[in-house]
Amino acid sequence: MKKMPEIMLFFLAKIKKFILHFKKKKRMKDIMMVYYMEAKSARISGRKVAWITSGGPVEPLIAMDVIPVYPENHGAMIGASKMGTDLCEKAESMGYSSDLCSYARSDIACATVSGGPIGGLPRPDMLICCNNICGTVMKWYEVQARYFNVPLFILDTPFCHTGYSEEAHKYVRRQLDEYVTFLEEACGRKMDHERLKVVGKLSVEGQRLWQAVLDTTANRPAPMTAFDAFYHLALIVTLRGTPLVVDYYTQLLERMRDHVARGISAIPDEKYRLLWDNIPIWPRTRWLSEKLASHNACLVADTYTSAWCGTLKYIDENRFFESMAEAYTRIYLNIGIDEMACIVLALVDKYKVDGFLMHSNRSCKPYSLGQYDIKKIVEKERGIPCLIIEADMVDERSFSESQVSTRIDAFMEMIRERKGG
Amino acid sequence: MITVGIDVGSITAKAVALADGKILGSRLIFTGYNAETAGRKVYEELLSELGLEKSAVSRVVSTGYGRRSVKFADKVMTEITCHGTGAHYLNPRTRFVIDIGGQDSKAILLDEKGKVKNFAMNDKCAAGTGRFLEVMARALEVDLDGFGDISLKSAKPSVISSLCTVFAESEVVSLISKGESRENIIAGIHESITARIAAMANRVGVIPPIVMTGGVARNIGVVKALEKKLGMTIEVSEYAQVNGAIGAAVLAASLK
Repeated sequence: MKKMPEIMLFFLAKIKKFILHFKKKKRMKDIMMVYYMEAKSARISGRKVAWITSGGPVEPLIAMDVIPVYPENHGAMIGASKMGTDLCEKAESMGYSSDLCSYARSDIACATVSGGPIGGLPRPDMLICCNNICGTVMKWYEVQARYFNVPLFILDTPFCHTGYSEEAHKYVRRQLDEYVTFLEEACGRKMDHERLKVVGKLSVEGQRLWQAVLDTTANRPAPMTAFDAFYHLALIVTLRGTPLVVDYYTQLLERMRDHVARGISAIPDEKYRLLWDNIPIWPRTRWLSEKLASHNACLVADTYTSAWCGTLKYIDENRFFESMAEAYTRIYLNIGIDEMACIVLALVDKYKVDGFLMHSNRSCKPYSLGQYDIKKIVEKERGIPCLIIEADMVDERSFSESQVSTRIDAFMEMIRERKGG
Repeated sequence: MITVGIDVGSITAKAVALADGKILGSRLIFTGYNAETAGRKVYEELLSELGLEKSAVSRVVSTGYGRRSVKFADKVMTEITCHGTGAHYLNPRTRFVIDIGGQDSKAILLDEKGKVKNFAMNDKCAAGTGRFLEVMARALEVDLDGFGDISLKSAKPSVISSLCTVFAESEVVSLISKGESRENIIAGIHESITARIAAMANRVGVIPPIVMTGGVARNIGVVKALEKKLGMTIEVSEYAQVNGAIGAAVLAASLK
């Protein structure tokens, strides 16, 4: 027993050295590895870990030096490494319905077996759940709070059918104070509000840079595809509010602007430009990107990655904490279908797309509900072909290659016929 | 110029030869296990039937779920475009095509020139396809070719509520054991299939004249039930089952 602290110190030194080595590198892979290493060694280094939903306010955690960990990001990694079906089946054998979101299923199953591509997520000290993205997260986080026996904070953001009411603002604003109190209790120290302001400014800067990176694909040919955006997205989701994110996107932006200046195209011979809707089909992103490239079609933009900078207009960087209430409530998945359609139409115009490819995601009901209406609106207002394909973000059992293939081929034949060539 | 269209479907493979816009002949065989063999076989049988050499054929376009296994095709096109083109060739006024094939069903909206304007296909499910009818025919021990005529004799179609082929089959089995007549059960099956197809067609937006293609178009019971459901008449050409192959042959003629 006596030797324990020494052993721990020894490991801590080793881990720190390892982390330092990779911190010098600026590649996404290295950054994410360091991030997960730090999170996994948090217990030894004395830092706290919070699991948080993808649409949750992360800035107060960063300001409190708590490491945020994202089960949804983990779910995407599980899906991309094609480990989702096994974990979903595991969850189903535990008694969860196959109709439950596959992020939730894989996360719940993964926690019990420490499986998946990184051997499971580090144990949480607390859970932060914001229901601006869906209702499933509440039950999912309650399950995990019971399983890990840790405190859970729920930030309840009312759905904005039209606009954003004063009552909604008061309601969410008050919860933000409760959120800070919750963190202070969980960490055993006070929030440094000056630090939070700095984090807020960094968050805004990171979001602006991310938007600028996405904007580069408005150029013809596009210097990157939405598939690239799915990859580069990880940082704005997980670590916004840190200087790391600002550095990374500054460099990425420079690189993309250089590609634009030199006319470097993301896919060889870009002829058609498409817009994507919904979460990627993670196990099939490579297949889909090759499929589209074979039709000379470039996925130039999407409603998904742009969601992490979509509420910049509601943020006042000098009053960051106060404006967080509105920014986190009015996100893409928490607004009415008419407003969603307006956002889609703006993307159609901005990126000058020839078609709209929509993923009806069996797992994500809030994202998939209303797609037929949005499709009709886009067809009517812009007259471009729209296609809905059915799949799932993680569970490969919901993907039928030959069916999706035929639909995409026919969709591309339609677009080619219209555009000529 | 002679062109050939080959449509390798999940149940049957079809080939049609076209000479300067006129149909020379068509051939239909069962696809069986090997789509590649079926594509080659239906092509060779068609040519020998017409007394044509391969060298006489200028171009071949393949379509259908096995379209990529037709290695000798000059171009591969989807069933959507081919069925639209085929229906437009047979009747240039056609604005809407409902195709029910072996493993999928499609609703295709055409513009005045016969180009695909919009389309929808069935969900990842066999209900609403030819396969659904095959399963039911087996359960009822009735030859599928007789389905249409039998269903027209029904006085009160049974209600088949399930959306799933497997569950619908067990519903049919239980109706049989209750002593329900074949006529009513088959008519019920047709109503169940057409309810799905009509919903899909309405989602795309039906504009008459409507043409029905694919193997299931031979089933008069489905055509009548669908007409009733949509409240519009549906035209069925004698070439309905080879319509996709006709479209492929027409497209082959326009290849540059």
